Amino acid sequence: MTELPNSTDRKMGLVIDLDTCVGCHACVISCKGWNTENYGAPLSDQDPYGSDPSGTFLNRVHSFEVQPQACGTQPAPAAQLTHFPKSCLHCEDAPCVTVCPTGASYKRVEDGIVLVNESDCIGCGLCAWSCPYGARELDLAAGVMKKCTLCVDRIYNENLEEIDRVPTCVRTCPAGARHFGDLGDADSDVSKLVAERGGFDLMPEMGTKPVNKYLPPRPKDQIEDQIDILAPLLAPVTGDAGGFMGWLDRALDKIPGGAN
Amino acid sequence: MHPAPSVIVFTTLSGLGFGLLIFLGLGLPDVTGMVAFVFFAIAYALAVGGLLASTFHLGHPERALKAFSQWKTSWLSREGCCAVGALVAMGLYGFGTVFLGTAWPLVGLIGALLSLATVFTTSMIYTQLKTIPRWNMPLTPALFLSFSLAGGALLAGQETVATVLLIIAGGVQLAYWVKGDQAFAASGTTLATATGLGNGGTVRAFEPPHTGTNYLLREFVHVVGRKHSQKLQVIGFALGFALPVLLLVLPFNGLMLKHIMAAVAVLSHLAGVACTRWLFFAEAEHVVGLYYGKR
Repeated sequence: MTELPNSTDRKMGLVIDLDTCVGCHACVISCKGWNTENYGAPLSDQDPYGSDPSGTFLNRVHSFEVQPQACGTQPAPAAQLTHFPKSCLHCEDAPCVTVCPTGASYKRVEDGIVLVNESDCIGCGLCAWSCPYGARELDLAAGVMKKCTLCVDRIYNENLEEIDRVPTCVRTCPAGARHFGDLGDADSDVSKLVAERGGFDLMPEMGTKPVNKYLPPRPKDQIEDQIDILAPLLAPVTGDAGGFMGWLDRALDKIPGGAN
Repeated sequence: MHPAPSVIVFTTLSGLGFGLLIFLGLGLPDVTGMVAFVFFAIAYALAVGGLLASTFHLGHPERALKAFSQWKTSWLSREGCCAVGALVAMGLYGFGTVFLGTAWPLVGLIGALLSLATVFTTSMIYTQLKTIPRWNMPLTPALFLSFSLAGGALLAGQETVATVLLIIAGGVQLAYWVKGDQAFAASGTTLATATGLGNGGTVRAFEPPHTGTNYLLREFVHVVGRKHSQKLQVIGFALGFALPVLLLVLPFNGLMLKHIMAAVAVLSHLAGVACTRWLFFAEAEHVVGLYYGKR
């Protein structure tokens, strides 16, 4: 049923560290790999090797530039680049669930994960219209709505090593920018991380109450006058060569011809 | 938003069809027999034709029956239920007037109310979406209801009522355009709130996540079509409201000429409404476009 539960036992979700993400897109690829082979219809591509390729992805990495305001101490501050992974935020007040006419979209009471029952989905697309984050994509081959499942087929999967029982994007991230846990439990590692680093919601004004949180980039060092701090150490130590090489250099210069 | 032809055809035709059913259910015009048959045939062709067109954009139309189940939360489900209810009630009422020569006023009233509810629930599918500020305002249901009633009155041959309703619908359309142009800014959603990076300075989309297009860009970001929006506003308003009102108000001599002018008014209104409905979708901006630096 598309009625949202009043509360969920746990609020499983991701914490994404925008300070640490290097924008390598490894999470995007591992997500596509795992989710095309497991839960639900495969994530299809259209014209993958042609001139106009497109396809279904559950996770995408945007890159944004933030230009700080010029001020007295910093008349020309450098812009900062932030890589920004974006997937389903498993909202507590998920509009995508309540708009669904067939009951295909639902939010689980036990862990708060928002899922699509693909055999009930008519592919009307209204849930994707209602999502402010662009977390849902209609698969053109299957005609059903695809979204992040928080790797529901990994996190409880006892056939996997315990270390692998996390969403594949979290397992893959080489920078450690993605964290998985229960955000409903104030004592969990992810909740502590959010409290410590000032984790925030995307588009709070939409009233969706996302479970996933983002950690802000830390302020950068201020070294405006000298961009390359190693430059002084790399200054040339000698101008003219001495010894045998110096003699050879001068001797060769005396022979007529050549570039000099 | 991508102006999908199936959805434009659906909302334009079914809005007009259910509008006509509202007036027929109220006994305006009070017709029986063959004349009633023609009126009901037009109304059902428009309403059912529109509903069928709407199934063309579904990924799995064969599962459409499931869409009647979630009326508790979903406006789309409620629309389906109201539409079927209205068509059944008005079918019964139509059967009485066409074949038995008797009108059952209570059945007609119920059918009219359900037809009105169908148009309202259609409008709420769009109005409920906070993600599209241009639709997320009370003027959206006003727009759909006033269009449906004006078009219905026009088709039902209710000249005086149609003139008044067309003027009201035209006014609502103008107000909708004025308010709609301010809606995105008024919503308070910006790239800064979308990314949470606004504290550090001005945020700019630097690099998209993919080099090609995707479902989101195809469905929600439709920049090209807005180029001619002002011209289309003038054309839509002139055809949809100004010309039909003019044709209704001008005195024509002779029944034949009057009928021809009424037919021209209906066709002009239909073309105008389709034009403004195209704009309704093409001009609507989804907040997800912010992430791509587009709207």
